[in-house]
Amino acid sequence: MKIKAIALNTFKEAIRDRVLYLLFFFAAVAVIFSRLLAILTVGDRVKIIKDVGLASINLFGVLMAVLIGTGLVYKEIDKKTIYALISKPIHRHEFLVGKFFGLVLTLFVMTTLMSLIFLIIVFLHTFKIELNLLLAILFIFIELVLLTAVAILFSCFSTPILSSLFSLSFYLIGHFSWGFQTLLQRTKSAALRLFIQALSIVLPDLESFNFKTEVVHGLTVLPRFYLFSALYGIVYTLFILMLAILIFKKRDFV
Amino acid sequence: MSTVLRITNLYKTFKMGFIPKKREVLKGISFSVEAGEIFGYLGPNGAGKTTTLKCVLGLIFPDQGLVEIFGHPHLSLRAKERVGYLPEHPYFYDYLTAAEFLDFCAGLFHLKKAIKEEKIPRLLRLVGLERAANLQLRKFSRGMLQRIGLAQALINDPELVFLDEPLGGLDPIGRKELRDVILQLKDAGKTIFLCSHILQDIEMICDRVAILVGGRVLSEGKLGDLISEKILYTEVTLSGLAFSDLTGLAQPVSFHRDRIMVKVFDEEKVDRLVDLVHDKKGRIHSLVPRTETLEDLFVEMVKQG
Repeated sequence: MKIKAIALNTFKEAIRDRVLYLLFFFAAVAVIFSRLLAILTVGDRVKIIKDVGLASINLFGVLMAVLIGTGLVYKEIDKKTIYALISKPIHRHEFLVGKFFGLVLTLFVMTTLMSLIFLIIVFLHTFKIELNLLLAILFIFIELVLLTAVAILFSCFSTPILSSLFSLSFYLIGHFSWGFQTLLQRTKSAALRLFIQALSIVLPDLESFNFKTEVVHGLTVLPRFYLFSALYGIVYTLFILMLAILIFKKRDFV
Repeated sequence: MSTVLRITNLYKTFKMGFIPKKREVLKGISFSVEAGEIFGYLGPNGAGKTTTLKCVLGLIFPDQGLVEIFGHPHLSLRAKERVGYLPEHPYFYDYLTAAEFLDFCAGLFHLKKAIKEEKIPRLLRLVGLERAANLQLRKFSRGMLQRIGLAQALINDPELVFLDEPLGGLDPIGRKELRDVILQLKDAGKTIFLCSHILQDIEMICDRVAILVGGRVLSEGKLGDLISEKILYTEVTLSGLAFSDLTGLAQPVSFHRDRIMVKVFDEEKVDRLVDLVHDKKGRIHSLVPRTETLEDLFVEMVKQG
């Protein structure tokens, strides 16, 4: 109940934030622009629309999660709105979890709206409602949920600018984590190999949530891959949230 | 009377700067607050008043010491459910309206819809904001934020209310209104913990005070016990006489047009002065006996500290 009250308040805060609308506007423009891009391209135009559309939803979703998420907790401490809140009968972890769900709800609404525009654009081209595209969007959303937790984690101890940099670095590293395997193959030192292995376990593999190519090209993916990716997303998000709670529980609000 | 707040041996140190330097803000604070009283927590700026409050309310963690609210550990939800808090320079979610903000606060106490619908307009009326119910907090003045801050502190009908500089930023009428609200709360049986450095307010409404200087409580007790009732001197404003006529009777303070102000340190001398003015056909415009004030005590404590 308390978590719900904080989540709904966070949702209200986020949907009254101009940054969100700015990002949504650019996302919509990018999705619509994919149609124009398709006209200029030689080859399968529908695939271009789908590729650019999904990538736009992904990119702007990430920007929303990071730019809003990194300010959420920091702003509460900086503006001292947290004083009146923490003095009320709520646990600190309830506050943080409430903030998390509030932003997840915001991202859900925004992703739904972006997807709607995207599906309409695809429909105008194919005259088919391609619901299989929603599968790729679902995994984009799982990635956004994970990034929200990361943004909140950094927001617990750092300024929004630094937190945004950290979160975006986390996102980039997550998408290039296959590099660790290449590095492992080329490294001979046992200590270094151990270090790289540890890094590859701790740092995320965000490519696990990327089913865009498979969905766009109609490739078959075994259900257990989807299941594994979804589970991986949930467990990793929980791990990051726990870390954020541990830090937040010990913080002095000076 | 039962003890509602007990603080025992509270210490808090902050680490400041890039190369952390320790600064001890609270140096072993102990005092208690009894049910039904208005307790004034006084101290100059930087004495540690807000730090004490933050420790009590769980915003910061003390290095050492014990805080109990209604006999429960201060961080327990059972303690927090019975407490209200108005922070210093309050700032709330500026995208919410006053009514929305109170509704959000009520949600944190699981208040039912019917109770919320009755309580929110009542609280807005109490703090004089009934016309601003649907105004976003970003459009609120400092005084209005102070008022909505008090309203949110009372949303759970708390038995113990912590007010950190509640009268700061208010105009004289606003201060009078807020003082009246505090007295109303006392009449309703609530305990008020008032943090302030505005001594007149404390002197006017507090039953007991603690004076904090440099992170230590230097004095604690009932106002009547701390301040002596004995007349220190009498201030007399008179005309028709020269300073030279008063030699040996009074000490000159100021001179304005034909009026002079003097201090008389002995009650017997006051009688003699009155007779003298009468004999010389002069006039007494005012005669004010001065007892020790909280300000005198406070200044003395700060000097000691």
